[in-house]
Amino acid sequence: MIENILNIIGIENYIFLTVLLFCIGVFGVLYRRNAIIVFMSIEIMLNAVNLLFVAFSTYHQDAEGQVFVFFSMAVAAAEVAVGLAILVSVFRNLGSIDIDNLKNLKG
Amino acid sequence: METNLALLLLLSPFVGFLFNIFFGKKVSKGISGAIGTLTVVVSFLLSICFFAQLNQNGKPFEISLFDWIQVSNFKLDFGILLDQLSLLWLLFVTGIGSLIHLYSISYMHDDENMHKFFAYLNLFVFFMITLVVGNNLLVMFIGWEGVGLCSYLLIGFWYKNQPYNDAAKKAFIMNRIGDLGFLIGMFIIAALFSTLNYAEIKSAVASGDANPALLGLAALCLFIGACGKSAQLPLYTWLPDAMAGPTPVSALIHAATMVTAGIFMVTRMNFLFDLTPDVQNIIAIVGAITALVAASIGLLQNDIKKVLAYSTVSQLGLMFLALGLGAYTVAVFHVITHAFFKACLFLGSGSVIHGLHGEQDMRKMGGLRKAMPITFWTMMISTLAIAGIFPFAGFWSKDEILMVAFGHNKALWIVASIASIMTAFYMFRLMYLTFFREFRGTEEQKQHLHESPKLITIPLIILAVLAVIGGAINLPGSMWLNHFLEPVLVAKHEAHHLGTQEFVLMGIALVGAIVGIVWANAKYIKQGFVPKEDAEIVGFSKTIYNKYYVDEFYTFLIVKPLNGLSNFFRTTLEPALGKVVYGFGTVANGIGSQGKKLQNGNIGLYLFVFVLGICAIITYLFIAQ
Repeated sequence: MIENILNIIGIENYIFLTVLLFCIGVFGVLYRRNAIIVFMSIEIMLNAVNLLFVAFSTYHQDAEGQVFVFFSMAVAAAEVAVGLAILVSVFRNLGSIDIDNLKNLKG
Repeated sequence: METNLALLLLLSPFVGFLFNIFFGKKVSKGISGAIGTLTVVVSFLLSICFFAQLNQNGKPFEISLFDWIQVSNFKLDFGILLDQLSLLWLLFVTGIGSLIHLYSISYMHDDENMHKFFAYLNLFVFFMITLVVGNNLLVMFIGWEGVGLCSYLLIGFWYKNQPYNDAAKKAFIMNRIGDLGFLIGMFIIAALFSTLNYAEIKSAVASGDANPALLGLAALCLFIGACGKSAQLPLYTWLPDAMAGPTPVSALIHAATMVTAGIFMVTRMNFLFDLTPDVQNIIAIVGAITALVAASIGLLQNDIKKVLAYSTVSQLGLMFLALGLGAYTVAVFHVITHAFFKACLFLGSGSVIHGLHGEQDMRKMGGLRKAMPITFWTMMISTLAIAGIFPFAGFWSKDEILMVAFGHNKALWIVASIASIMTAFYMFRLMYLTFFREFRGTEEQKQHLHESPKLITIPLIILAVLAVIGGAINLPGSMWLNHFLEPVLVAKHEAHHLGTQEFVLMGIALVGAIVGIVWANAKYIKQGFVPKEDAEIVGFSKTIYNKYYVDEFYTFLIVKPLNGLSNFFRTTLEPALGKVVYGFGTVANGIGSQGKKLQNGNIGLYLFVFVLGICAIITYLFIAQ
């Protein structure tokens, strides 16, 4: 059954997809000025990695990869909570969440 | 009880010092001087007590006050040893010290810093006592350094005069050179025997398993220390300059006591020097040469105190000659008699200077005999003593040195005899120029000529009496001093049996002294010769008058190169080093000011660099694999 899925859609397709998703995330982080978008891009990168983990886990018939994904998702959830809280606080203080406006935080 | 008395003997002058330094300014000058004098008198009386006791039971008094140093197997007590040698020194140090303190009350009366003078003088006596009574070399070294310090303080006592300060510094530095020798000698002994206690070194040396070369080196280093303190060649030049100090200081420190510390030390360590004949030879030769050189310089000096200073160096040379020949008792004998008559001479010259309101040039004196009869007669007696005229004290001690020299080495005897003749000549030159013929000073000085007050003349009279009878302690018949000192000496020095040879030698010495006197008499009384002005002195006399240019030689050899080196360091090396240090700062600053541009607050840039970094790491990992 499991092997069937991989037979239908080959492992290399998963790798291409995750690399694509990861690159989209990187470019989103680099090019967008809106902090929320930057945040979402980071999430895309994380999930790209998660997908790769799961794919390889299936490929190798090893559950360890899926365990990692659970950890990574838990950490990502915590990170989102903290990150959004910071963003809310930034918005209250500056009235915008454009990351260029955060230059004043430098020492 | 005895311990307490010994402590009192040691600390009494120190109490005087504390009082004078802290309260001296608040009390009157008389009280300050009286307390300074009394504390030394207390030490003197206690010395007499201990001396009497030692004479009775013959047992030296030794006490360890506390454990001082304990490092692995090296152990040292802070102890006091009152034996024959140290008591003898104590007696004349505190005795003459008392007289000179008494004298100073009057002599320094017009000085605004009199309390300070007495404080330093007391401190000096304290350190001198420490030097003498210690039961190990390290305690002696404390005193040794302490007297050097006091000497420095007192030479530069009139500190407003820059040459005096220079003289003080010179004395201190010259002494430091010797002290280094002393220290190295001490270290060698400590390394060899793990102790510095006299008795323990003595038994360790006697066991004879020490390396003779190292032992010789230790002895030589100790002798270098003695050279510095006792003004021997080549470290003697500080002593004549030390005459910058007040005259009582010259009498106490630079004639009677401190400069004899070297002789004390060599006598104390006689068991060591006896085993190193080569070093003994060096000592004898250095002593003889010093005696001759200093005496010849003394021939032509015109400053009354300078003559006495060179005479002191010369006499110390004779003492070292005796030490080098193993005749420790003879040297000690001469130390004692010399202390009497030289202190008297210095105090007498002080009286003259006092009478002339600070004039020290003998060319401007003369004819003082009538104005200052007591000063004249006491100085005359001391001069006869130092010249070695029978039966004054100097005759006996100097004669013994000459006899010992004759017994060992004829060349040394000839050198010492020539030095003695010169001594007789320059001392009578001093007397004739100062006290005979007519006065050559200004009319105003002539009006004020007067005999010094009693406080000055009484010490003079006492010292003059001692200069007459001082020889009695070791007359060829009784040899009391020889027997007295026997317990502290290893090698027994045979007393001279009075035979024909001895009488002939005595006769020669006496004739030599008389030749010197007659020579001086002919030149300065009969011809009425007065030394020329400085500019008119030419030829070899000029060389001698300028002390063989030894000071200039030292300046050329040591001071100039040192100054040059310092200059080089200051003008070249220091700026170069500074530049290097500043360079480090500048580079760090530059890196910082460039680096801080990276932190511009642009999150986009941060993220870009972040990604770039990760890419770089990943690429590296791929390549590395």
